Amino acid sequence: METRDRGVPGPLAPLLEAHRGRPGALLPLLHAVQEAVGYVPPAWVPSIAEALDLSRAEVHGVIRFYPHFRQTPAGAHRVVLCRGESCLARGAEALIAQAEQRLGVPLGGDTPDGRFSLEGVYCLGLCGCSPAAMLDGQVHGRLTPQRLDALLATAQERP
Amino acid sequence: MNPPRETPTVVYVPRDAAALAVGADVVAGAIHAEAARRALPVQIKRTGSRGLFWLEPLVEVATPQGRIAYGPVQPEDVPDLFTAGFLSGASHPLRLGSPEALPYLQGQDRLLHARLGVIEPDRVDDYLATGGYRALEQALALEPPELVAQVQRSGLRGRGGAAFPAGIKWDTVRRAPGPTKYVVCNADEGDSGTFADRMVLEGDPFSLIEGMTIAALAVGATQGYVYLRVEYPHAYRTLTAAIELARARGYLGPDVCGSGRAFELEVRVGAGAYVCGEETALLESLEGKRGLVRAKPPLPALAGLFGRPTLVHNVLTLATVPVILAEGAEAYRDYGCGNSRGTLSLQLAGNVRRPGLVEKAFGMSLGELLYDYGGGTASGRPIRAVQVGGPLGAYLSPSHFDLPLDYETFAAAGAMLGHGGIVVFDDTVDMARMARHAFAFCADESCGKCTPCRIGSVRGREALERVLAGGPVEAELALVRELAATMRDASLCALGGMTAYPVLSALEHFPEDFTARARSGRPVQG
Repeated sequence: METRDRGVPGPLAPLLEAHRGRPGALLPLLHAVQEAVGYVPPAWVPSIAEALDLSRAEVHGVIRFYPHFRQTPAGAHRVVLCRGESCLARGAEALIAQAEQRLGVPLGGDTPDGRFSLEGVYCLGLCGCSPAAMLDGQVHGRLTPQRLDALLATAQERP
Repeated sequence: MNPPRETPTVVYVPRDAAALAVGADVVAGAIHAEAARRALPVQIKRTGSRGLFWLEPLVEVATPQGRIAYGPVQPEDVPDLFTAGFLSGASHPLRLGSPEALPYLQGQDRLLHARLGVIEPDRVDDYLATGGYRALEQALALEPPELVAQVQRSGLRGRGGAAFPAGIKWDTVRRAPGPTKYVVCNADEGDSGTFADRMVLEGDPFSLIEGMTIAALAVGATQGYVYLRVEYPHAYRTLTAAIELARARGYLGPDVCGSGRAFELEVRVGAGAYVCGEETALLESLEGKRGLVRAKPPLPALAGLFGRPTLVHNVLTLATVPVILAEGAEAYRDYGCGNSRGTLSLQLAGNVRRPGLVEKAFGMSLGELLYDYGGGTASGRPIRAVQVGGPLGAYLSPSHFDLPLDYETFAAAGAMLGHGGIVVFDDTVDMARMARHAFAFCADESCGKCTPCRIGSVRGREALERVLAGGPVEAELALVRELAATMRDASLCALGGMTAYPVLSALEHFPEDFTARARSGRPVQG
């Protein structure tokens, strides 16, 4: 029989402690994990499952169900382009194609050098200033091809 | 002795995410720096947005004659504004005059959104000074059945899209047996073309907190959750800060306003799944599970969160409750027409010259909204299509622009008013591509529980991709119609069930876009 106790990874222990016993704790815990290390390391799943009295399959299923949770580290810069109808009406498709071309990865991809993650989202709620995007948590509206290039260039220069 | 310090001039700069997206923070910084350089005492207050987005960043100055607005202000305009004397409301090319006198605002019925862009969202005292928490005071003096009766008399219907009578829900939860009940706020505003929830969360969060507290008193709940989408980090910060402030002032906690009644409120963050905006998937997600839609019955009102009776409402529905109590159910009911009572938060987006928030009594025509408020397209080309009610709403053509904005008229026209989000497209739009987008969206976001949605959306997308590639149109469109009808009739929830609206309406009202001949030479978009 497999041993259940493999030891909890160091950074995970305080997060488990903070969330154990909360009703519906799994999503808040996964958010806390991703906040702490940038993704949800698959190796942590057994400890998470055990702490919340869930099966590993349940935890894995939740991680895979929600697009926000990553199983691998994200790029240094996270580019999120809106492809909701409002932004499509203002040229979002061309901006997405431009970003894919500049970064050399499709929507949903990470650049091999670990510099960028390119994500699509169906709405950022910034429809009053479409087309919109989010770069490293900062929101940008009324995007033009020139402004998108400028944003990507500034991000490229930052560590 | 030092001379008395001159009273600083108050300058208002929005911190709504849409204002930030067009540079409001940079403008606030520039005003601060320029004031310091000129040794002028200026106090910058950060408000929500009034929702006139084409004018953002919209800067307002407090003058003896009231507030004077300037916009849209770019950082490079700031020195010039100072030189012109904008701190005393002087003229300048960007001067708009009194914001309340702008036609866009003047024509509105701002009941629910009266505080947006006016108060600082993180100040309880601002909220109190504008009538906040008066409704809770009234509610604490009323018995729960009377509270429920007020909501019933107001005619309020769910503002999240389904428009179910709120009072019936309240009454069901109130009468449901059991010691533990919940109030859940659906703040998973995932539909493109909608942003009013976000604006309330960022610009007037106490109105939601007060509304949820009153709802909890009415139905007998002691715990509330706000399920907020992860795409709204600014709203998260404002709302969580407001909850802390409310708790510190005794408006939340074990003894709400000394009444002996408890109400705790917690924000839970979603993780990018659109389907969690569906109430039963949302409850599953709150319980820490995959957001799979539940079959109904049982109704969430009887067996909702953790199997307990649960009142689930959208942000705007709950934030309207204090308005109803403060103004009176009958006064609220006096707005609107037919069975659509009160005001609707219309949200103009897409290719529109004046995008923004228009709170109006039900009954205005769609065309009035698009032209009088929206000013036509931003591109200057003719409006060809508008999608009303989100990604699952119907595409309408100019032949529908006389439709009055009320729930029943839209339903009779084969459309859905829903939450009042409206996306405008000009004549370069390719409706076959938009129909394909609707299927693709459903395929991406389907929770996978029911077959019509999970499979139908993929097959529908493939069929339209073959049409777009120049395939045989008639056979493919027959398949698309059949798939859409099956999804409409047999899906478990609105995601699969309503994908038929954008698809079939595009086919019906814009058939020319689906023929190979019409597509050739049409600019590619959307």
